[in-house]
Amino acid sequence: MSVLSEARPACSEGFAPKTVVFPPDRPLLTDGGGRIAPLAIAYETRGTLNAACSNAILLCHALTGDQYAAGVNPVTGKPGWWEAMVGPGKPFDTDRYFLICSNVVGGCMGTTGPASINPTTGKPYGVDFPVVTIRDMVRAQAMLIDHLGVETLFCVAGGSMGGMQVLQWAASYPERVFSAMPIATAAKHSAQNIAFHEVGRQAVMADPDWRSGRYQEQGVRPEKGLAVARMSAHITYLSEAALQRKFGRKLQDRSAPTFSFDADFQVENYLRYQGLAFVERFDANSYLFVTRACDYFDLAADYGGSLAMAFKDTKTRFCVVSFTSDWLYPTSDSRAIVHALNAGGASVSFVEIESDKGHDAFLLHEPMFIATTRGFLDSAANARGLAPDGTSK
Amino acid sequence: MTVTPAADAPERPAQPLEQPRLDLAVIAEMVAHGARVLDVGCGDGALLQLLAQKKGVDGRGVELSQRGVNECVAKGLSVIQGDADTDLSDYPDDGFDYVILSQTLQATRRPRAALANMLRIGRRAIISFPNFGYWRVRAQLAFSGRMPVTGRLDYHWHDTPNIHLCTIRDFVEIVDELGAHIERGVAFDRAGAPIRFSAPWWVWNLFGEQAVFLLERGGRRP
Repeated sequence: MSVLSEARPACSEGFAPKTVVFPPDRPLLTDGGGRIAPLAIAYETRGTLNAACSNAILLCHALTGDQYAAGVNPVTGKPGWWEAMVGPGKPFDTDRYFLICSNVVGGCMGTTGPASINPTTGKPYGVDFPVVTIRDMVRAQAMLIDHLGVETLFCVAGGSMGGMQVLQWAASYPERVFSAMPIATAAKHSAQNIAFHEVGRQAVMADPDWRSGRYQEQGVRPEKGLAVARMSAHITYLSEAALQRKFGRKLQDRSAPTFSFDADFQVENYLRYQGLAFVERFDANSYLFVTRACDYFDLAADYGGSLAMAFKDTKTRFCVVSFTSDWLYPTSDSRAIVHALNAGGASVSFVEIESDKGHDAFLLHEPMFIATTRGFLDSAANARGLAPDGTSK
Repeated sequence: MTVTPAADAPERPAQPLEQPRLDLAVIAEMVAHGARVLDVGCGDGALLQLLAQKKGVDGRGVELSQRGVNECVAKGLSVIQGDADTDLSDYPDDGFDYVILSQTLQATRRPRAALANMLRIGRRAIISFPNFGYWRVRAQLAFSGRMPVTGRLDYHWHDTPNIHLCTIRDFVEIVDELGAHIERGVAFDRAGAPIRFSAPWWVWNLFGEQAVFLLERGGRRP
C-alpha cells in the first residue's frame, strides 16, 4: 500500500486513537470538483478484528460528533457520544465486534477540514476548503476501511447525519455492507432542515470575529456566532415535551424576574451553557461545512429521483429506527426510506421507538432502542456466522 | 390470539412456539418451501418463525403494534411497523409468492382493498379468520339477544378491534368478486377438527369456528 504514515492498528488494543494520512498521490476528489490532499483521517477502534475480518462495524457520527463514540473523550473529558450503545456487553459489543469510528472529512477533530493547512498556500483552508458532501465523507471512510484491510463491514450504523452516511454506504458500496442501521435520519434534507442550518451559518458569519472565514490567521474565533448557532440547533434536537418537563418556566437562581435580559429562565441558562461548551470543542468553519454537507444530501437525486433505485437488488439487511418525538427527522422520513427498501424487496425492519426526548433520543439510554439494536445485530451476526466471542464460525 | 390487530387492543399472552396456533400450523402447511412470504399483521412473529423453521421461507412482516415489532426484530425477523389498511399500497406488484393475513382481516378498515392489495403483491394469498356464521355465534345472538362473545371472538362489543366480521359465505363471495379463486380452504370446528372439504358450504359456514383459505390471483378455474 502506498499509504501512509503508520502501521496497521494493533487490533488487540482496547483503545486505539489513530490518524492515517493519505499522501498527495491518493487525493479525495469531491462531488463539488474539489481535491483534498493530503488527507488525514482521525479514527478510533475498539475490540478485535477476527481472522476472517468479518466482525467490523463502522459507526458514523452525527453533525458535531467525533471519533470518540465510547470511553472518555480526551478533548472534552466527557463520555463518548454513544456510551449508551457501545462497550462490553452493550449492543455494539466490543467483546464481539471490531468497532471503527472516524471523524468526518470537513470535521475538526483530526481529520482534514477547514482548519487544516492548505498545502498550496501554507495557511489554513478556511472557507477555501472544498465544500464536501455526505458522499465525500463516505468516500473518505471507504479509504480508511481499505487501509484497515476490511473488505465487507458487518454493519454500518449511525444516527442523524451519521444515518445519512449509513444510507450512502448502502447505496454506494452495497456489496461491502452486510447490515445497516440508519437511525433518526432522512434520505434527503427537508426545507425546514436546511432553514435551521442556514440560521446557524448566518449566526457564525454575522460574528465580526468570523473575518470572512480567516479568523485563524488573525488569531480570533467567532465564538459568539457559533454559540448562537449551537443554541438554535440544540432546540431542534429536543422535543417540546422534554423542554417543558426539564425547565418549564422555572427561574434560574432567583425568585422573581429581573426585568432585564439576563438569563432569568433556566432554559435560557441551559442554552447559553450549551453554546459556550460547544465553542470550546468545535471549529466555526467546520460547522459551516458539515451543515452544508447535510443540506446537499438527497440520495434519490443521484438515482434518477427514485430512492428505490438507490437500493436496487441490495442484499444488505436494514434496520431503520425513528423516535416518536423527533420532529427534526420525523418518522415520516424513516418511512420513506422503508418504502423505498420495500419496493426494492430488501430485507428491512423498521421500528418507531416511543420516546419524548426528541431527536437526541438516539444518543440516550432508551431501553426499547437498545433491545431492538441488540436483536437486529444478533440475528445479523448469526446470518454472518459470527460466534458470540466474535470469531467466525 | 397472538395477533394484535389494533394498537389499543388488549394484550394477550403469546402461546409458546412448540404448539403453534391451529390456523398457523395449517397456513404453514400451505406454503411452499423456500417461498418469499409477507405476513401482514404478524404479531409477535410466531408464524414467521414457524415458516422459517419448517419451510425455509424468506419472510417479511408488517405489524401495527410497537411491542410486536420490537419482539420480532429482537428475534431477528425482518418486520416493519405498518398498517394493513394504509401501507400495503407501498409494496410493488409480485414482490412476494405468498401474502398472509392471519386473524386480522376482520380488524381492517377496508377488508376488500386489503385483499385486493394482497393479491397484487403476491400471486397467492392466505387468509385465516373467525367465522361469524358459526352456529354458537348465531345462537348467542338469536337466543340471548346480545353480541356474541366466543373463544375465537373473545371481546365485548365495545372493546373489540374486530370491526368487519364476516361469515365463510361472505368471504367466498368477496373472493369471487375479486376474480380470485380458492385453491384450498379449511374450516375447523371448536375442537380443531377439520370439516370435510367435500361438505357443502352451508355445513362449513355453520360448523366452522374459523377458516383458512389459500387464494390464487386471477382466472377462475375453467
